[in-house]
Amino acid sequence: MRAAIALAAALCSAPASAGWEPTKPVEIVVAAGAGGASDQMARMMQAAIQKNNLMKQPMVVSLKGGASGAEALMYMKSSEGDANKVLIAYSLIYMLPLSAKIPFNWRELTPVSVIALDQFVLWDNAGGPKSVKEFIAAAKAASSPFKMGGTGSKREDHVLTVFMEQKTGAKFSYLPYKSGGEAATQLVGNHTESNVNNPSENLEVWRAGQVRPLCVFDKERISYTGKVTEAQSWHDIPTCKEEGLDIQYLMLRAMFLPGKVTPEQQAFYVDLFHKVTQTTEYKDYMEKQALKPIFLTGKDMVQFLEEDDTLNKSLMTEAGFVAK
Amino acid sequence: MEAFGLLVQGFGVLLTGKTLVLMMVGLVLGIFVGVLPGLGGPNGVAILLPLTFTMDPTSAIVMLSCIYWGALFGGAITSILFNIPGEAWSVATTFDGYPMAQQGRAAEALTAAFTSSFIGSLVAVLLITFLAPMISSFALKFGPPEFFAVYLLTFCSFVGLGREAKHKTVISMSLGLLLAGIGMDTVSGNLRMTFGSAELLRGINFLVAVIGLFGISEILLTMEERLALRGHAAGISLRVVLSVWKDLPKYWVTLLRSSFIGCWLGITPGGAIAASFMGYNLAKRFSKDPESFGKGRIEGVFAPETAAHASGTAALLPMLALGIPGSGTAAILLGGLMVWGLNPGPLLFVEHKDFVWGLIASMYLGNVVGLVLVLTTVPIFASILRVPFAAVAPMIVVSCAIGAYAIQNAMFDIWLMLGFGVVGYVFKKIGIPLAPFTLALVLGNRAEDAFRLSMIGSGGNLKVFWSNGLVGSIATLAILLLFWPLIDRLLQRVGLARQAKPVSGQA
Repeated sequence: MRAAIALAAALCSAPASAGWEPTKPVEIVVAAGAGGASDQMARMMQAAIQKNNLMKQPMVVSLKGGASGAEALMYMKSSEGDANKVLIAYSLIYMLPLSAKIPFNWRELTPVSVIALDQFVLWDNAGGPKSVKEFIAAAKAASSPFKMGGTGSKREDHVLTVFMEQKTGAKFSYLPYKSGGEAATQLVGNHTESNVNNPSENLEVWRAGQVRPLCVFDKERISYTGKVTEAQSWHDIPTCKEEGLDIQYLMLRAMFLPGKVTPEQQAFYVDLFHKVTQTTEYKDYMEKQALKPIFLTGKDMVQFLEEDDTLNKSLMTEAGFVAK
Repeated sequence: MEAFGLLVQGFGVLLTGKTLVLMMVGLVLGIFVGVLPGLGGPNGVAILLPLTFTMDPTSAIVMLSCIYWGALFGGAITSILFNIPGEAWSVATTFDGYPMAQQGRAAEALTAAFTSSFIGSLVAVLLITFLAPMISSFALKFGPPEFFAVYLLTFCSFVGLGREAKHKTVISMSLGLLLAGIGMDTVSGNLRMTFGSAELLRGINFLVAVIGLFGISEILLTMEERLALRGHAAGISLRVVLSVWKDLPKYWVTLLRSSFIGCWLGITPGGAIAASFMGYNLAKRFSKDPESFGKGRIEGVFAPETAAHASGTAALLPMLALGIPGSGTAAILLGGLMVWGLNPGPLLFVEHKDFVWGLIASMYLGNVVGLVLVLTTVPIFASILRVPFAAVAPMIVVSCAIGAYAIQNAMFDIWLMLGFGVVGYVFKKIGIPLAPFTLALVLGNRAEDAFRLSMIGSGGNLKVFWSNGLVGSIATLAILLLFWPLIDRLLQRVGLARQAKPVSGQA
């Protein structure tokens, strides 16, 4: 707490980088339901900003998860020039326009910063197969296809499932639930055989010993070595490549303003979220939820987004999820 | 008895002057947001959430949950006085509560509503206290087929047990199901019936529809008839409260049945709405005088309120133990928990005993204090009816509009609300019941998703609904209830009606 106060004091005394400041409460728009990963992150930032006095105006979290998040995208699109709204985005900004033909393009918004990358992990029930190899073998041998739980249809989880089918030849029936939390409980209750939840979504049931992480869909292992369960840390989960399943996918968590805001307004938020990433709240959160820290802004961010967009487009096309 | 020791500890955590003050503040704020139609519990809790960031987790959650109790109590007030349900589960309360108010028995109806809310919550809290571990494992048994069976049971009980003509119920329900389909379809990821409109993307919000269907249409009807709310100044005093309480024991079967239904459905997410309707329908079914329901019968207030609050309270259990919120307000409380670093899940009960038992203890205290608070304010609320209609009506319309707007900050929703007002007016004129329509609007989407997920999982085999004892018995019960009028007639013809009643009494 003392560190946080010292930090806040240091930040307040720093010269203001731009003249503009919000004049009314800032709305942080969440493109997902209550309790999901985006909501949790938004609440963490709300608390970090308020506790450290990073902004004079209060910040309110506004949940716009309707239509699988499309509601939030259209809301941001229609709020051109309103710098009191900031979107916490993830890969839906690439995928939704492709799968559901939503008239939205992230290039119409103003990019602020990429603040984290989220992992995907293959999980099965604690009573199920113990390794990726056994899991795939069991899936192939099963009389009816293994059930894979996930969030939404034709999105990250669904894409990963299709790629697992393509790489292994095993068949899965994909069950799209409304949230990652629901997918987690359904796995614990043995209504599905597996899911590809983000670490944060399965954290609690993993700690309770109800599910088992099989592998993480990244080039390298998660860096956090602190024990999460009695025996394992995030770092102990092998990568899927190590286990012979060569699939990688990381998801961005990024902040956007609506289109047509002034450079001063953009600069204010770049600075604000940079300060947020320095807070202890943010650092604790990253470690707890096993997120990859990253901070990109300006040209670097746009370049990252363009490359990520191309990658997601090719994945979606390959999986056959692009609407005609 | 371990639970009892922990509970006493919980009271210890709670009984500090500061916590008690926070509790009172929370309750008053909660009743206030509950009274404003449309603002309701979820919005109230969401607005006040940031206030608690600087408090310690236990004080914060006690205050927030007291706002929740307050809003639960407050929601009944507008349902009874103005026929405008503040929360989804208050809809069934309007069926008999509003006629009672019109007959000048507003105070009686309000007392009944508050008292039965208290009883419902109390039963649910007792259940949480002593059976928490068992119940969370029961909730885990619910996969898509089980969820669908529960929704089917709710729909079927409406058709089978409803008072209205069956075909009208089915028409109303089908229209609701149709409108529920608007927006993004989670299972296929495609848009349906949005016709390129960005406003329709998010679908039709249930509360917007309810405010229009019940509130606005009521104003239209009243204007047409005689430009006066038909409520008379109620004789209000402690006597009313006492006389309602004196009659309570007469209704113990209804209260117990509703508490049971509420607890059961509250544990399965989204059950509170289904619970209130089912509680009402079953009370009517087993009443000696079903015809008097809907015309201002006090049992018609007891039944849904008890069930709604039992389930509203029980809904906190899956939120704490599984991280699945059973209601909109529970979802926002969930967000709050995470801010304080308390992650709901199976380990919460082990690692944060102080917090969990403090919260459970606050459920007991909050309910008792809340009951006293609302009962003492009944006269104030009931006296709203003395204000001339010409003065009250514009205020109601404005507050409906604010409520509809506040749900999603969308101007479009106000137009939608007015549109539903006209629809509600027409429905009332041609005698199509509104309740099945609203029920289908809330549960339609979830029922459809659950059905389709079951079908994906089973490869299209309908036998999945009879694949284990739990889902099988719920599904069979649903079918039985659907054809209940036919079965009933058949049984009567064979002369077995007397034996048949106790069997279905277990429902």
